[in-house]
Amino acid sequence: MRNESLSISTPVPILTTGKQKIAVASAGIGILLLLVTWAAGKAVAPVPVFLSALGLTTAGVVIFIREEYLKHPEGIKNNGVWFRSLTARGIWGWLVGVVFTGFYVCLYWFPGYLTGLIQLFDPLSRMLRGTAADQWFVYGSLYTAAMLLMGVKFIYKYRHNPYQRLRTFSVMFFQLGFAFLIPGLLMRLQQPEIYFTYFWPLSYYQGTPMAHQGYAGSGLGTFFFFFGLAMFFIGTPILTYFFGKRWYCSWVCGCGGLAETAGDPFRHLSDKSLKAWKIERWMIHSVLVFVVLMTVLLWVNVATGRGVLQDYSQFFYKTYAFLIGSAFSGVVGVGFYPLLGSRVWCRFGCPMAAWLGIWQKTKSKFRITVNGGQCISCGNCSTYCEMGIDVRAYAQKGQDVVRASCVGCGICAAVCPRGVLRLEGGE
Amino acid sequence: MKIIILGNGVSGITAARHIRKHSDHSITVISDEADHFFSRTALMYVYMGHMRRKDIQPYEDWFWAKNRIDLLRARVEKVDFAAKTLYTADGKTIPYDKLILATGSQPNKFGWPGQHLDGVHGLYHWQDLEAMERHSAGLSLSFRRGAGVDRAVIVGGGLIGVEMAEMFHSRHISVTFLVREDSFWNGVLPSQESAMINRHLAEHGIELRLNTELKEILPDDNGKCRAVLTVAGDTIDCGFVGLTAGVSPNVGFLKNTSLDINKGILVNEYLETSVPGVYAVGDCAEMRNPPPGRRPIEAVWYTGRMMGETVAHSICRQPTLYNPGIWFNSAKFFDIEYQVYGDVQAKAPDHHASVYWEHPDGKKSIRLVFERASGRILGFNLMGVRYRQEVCEKWLRTGAHIETVLQQLGLANFDPEFFPQHESELVAAYNRQTGKNLTLKQKRGLPAVLQFLRSN
Repeated sequence: MRNESLSISTPVPILTTGKQKIAVASAGIGILLLLVTWAAGKAVAPVPVFLSALGLTTAGVVIFIREEYLKHPEGIKNNGVWFRSLTARGIWGWLVGVVFTGFYVCLYWFPGYLTGLIQLFDPLSRMLRGTAADQWFVYGSLYTAAMLLMGVKFIYKYRHNPYQRLRTFSVMFFQLGFAFLIPGLLMRLQQPEIYFTYFWPLSYYQGTPMAHQGYAGSGLGTFFFFFGLAMFFIGTPILTYFFGKRWYCSWVCGCGGLAETAGDPFRHLSDKSLKAWKIERWMIHSVLVFVVLMTVLLWVNVATGRGVLQDYSQFFYKTYAFLIGSAFSGVVGVGFYPLLGSRVWCRFGCPMAAWLGIWQKTKSKFRITVNGGQCISCGNCSTYCEMGIDVRAYAQKGQDVVRASCVGCGICAAVCPRGVLRLEGGE
Repeated sequence: MKIIILGNGVSGITAARHIRKHSDHSITVISDEADHFFSRTALMYVYMGHMRRKDIQPYEDWFWAKNRIDLLRARVEKVDFAAKTLYTADGKTIPYDKLILATGSQPNKFGWPGQHLDGVHGLYHWQDLEAMERHSAGLSLSFRRGAGVDRAVIVGGGLIGVEMAEMFHSRHISVTFLVREDSFWNGVLPSQESAMINRHLAEHGIELRLNTELKEILPDDNGKCRAVLTVAGDTIDCGFVGLTAGVSPNVGFLKNTSLDINKGILVNEYLETSVPGVYAVGDCAEMRNPPPGRRPIEAVWYTGRMMGETVAHSICRQPTLYNPGIWFNSAKFFDIEYQVYGDVQAKAPDHHASVYWEHPDGKKSIRLVFERASGRILGFNLMGVRYRQEVCEKWLRTGAHIETVLQQLGLANFDPEFFPQHESELVAAYNRQTGKNLTLKQKRGLPAVLQFLRSN
């Protein structure tokens, strides 16, 4: 048809209420305050500006989405997804992609350009953590805010669906509690900054001798070091056996959480081709091998008393940190949401997802069952699969879907107009 | 052997895929409509912006060459059955050894004055979607500007009509829906379910005009529709008229040949036509002796697919009886999903009884139909609730007693995890109806389902 490219026009008039226009203005001013502070390189009157930005954005977003969704009967809300510039790789999509990407580039490699934002978040950091803000605190705060606001949006959008509501509430809870408040409070208590929901190998540093040494002297830190390893070797296989990898990827993980909330408007942009699946399998397992090798080398290096491996293992670690930890998971993984879809990192890169996927594929009760011969091959399931699984290929054959990559978000089952798919293993 | 399949809808393509599975015959699929197979039932989602054209194509483009299924875009105008040859509009002659006719349907037009005007279309082919697209821009725009005609009129209250209503609604085009009956689709849905859809359409702002028939479509000076006139004498201004009063087999070009045709191409239980080596499947086929309880023509996705598979067996292996099994169908009316298994009649005959539960929000219901005298389960009718087909089929096939079914009903529940389960409310409804005191013994859950399906 049309409107699949850079067009900014849409065949559907976009109707907004007066309330929504005010809401857009409010959120717009809030975001503008952040952008101006970023551009200015210094924060003027950080407390009032911060509170205004937070308040105006929150109020704007919440009012807008309430108007958007509560006005209409509950149900699937995908009208015009492929017509709108933001969600169909149009000009707005590219623009947002560039801004996201630029933010990540600054974050990882040019934090000096974030000075304004860091100053702006300084009062919050001192209040929560008892210490000055840095770029990572800014990042964590914005990340959490994005997940909470877009999580609220998602819950309104899927308010008819208890599975979606619960799952979204769960990722919001883990982000706010375990990835924001608790690490901050731990710092205030002079404890290591621990993110209890991120384990090696997703958090690649956690399995290294540097982490182990860093935790020396802290009972909590040492506990977490071994807890992380136990989660990898024991927790993951057991939980994945019962629930599938979704217990982590779409209920707990922060990366997954952002994808499910802020990334939800872009889920259909994932590539469904067989070719993409082939690339995916090579890439994600290569990253897993890479991280294992990198970590083993570091430990061998320590065990052999810092022998010849010293430089090589550190070089290996830094290469991984740069290529995978920063460039892949951040810049491409989130920056490219509006271009490649919301789960690029989870699908092609995350070594934790690879590990979970191996267990899900080979030893798990989790699967998606198909309701007899009821599939009409419409393609909604495949289109809205953020992991790029061609769900329809299974559904139209009446075959259970057992795939390493499936994160169990349940959207395929939600958008199916004939009620053909059901996630199994949680009840 | 050279097999030609005429039509690349679900019946023809299913036949092609299964012939390839079983054999090395040469396969050519000819279509005048589209280069590649797409899901006809998903056309609405392209218009609504849920999917793009390529998203409703179930197979990637490389699939056909890889499976040695030749695709030809052409319009066949004549078939010479004696010479086993097809003649296309662009002058090609194509010989065949076996011919499978899978030409589908076309929207019914009952001779209304003005039915051929510009802006008057059914919804069946890809080209119908393009027509809707052509006429929509103006309608959406006038809605935005609050001026001019922003309305589409849809004639005929069936599944395609309600799809079309949802499509226009998604583009903020006002819809008036003319339905001849006194409640939506009440030739198929029992009255309570039908009333539920009436309410749901109103909730979405669709103007449903019941007991209303089209008399005439009025043209403007450019030969485009400008209004419809109803039998009752009302005039409704509109910029588009959707004709959705059912479909009929697309067999016009085969009339006046040696092929036996009634409404559709007549076939026996093996889907063989009156001409040896020629088969018909899907919407265009009419069964001479349909299985008990079934109609001679069933223009449904599922039956088309089953026929395609059957004919492939017949050609490659041994002649295979077309056995569609227990009737099932499904649809979605805006936000309300609908599933039916077995024999659920709109106007229940005296020997049918049913137990019905409806959610207080009026958007979900469960109906179980059973034989009044024996208590044997006959059918399931579901709105806004999903039931597992294999479980319902097993109960229907084995003629389970309604009370057995009720007590085990959780086995059938196919709603997602954490969704409320309403089976005990249906049991309570049955208890109120009969003065019995049954309880629900089985809740939702896959392990119990698998055990049930494996047991004898």
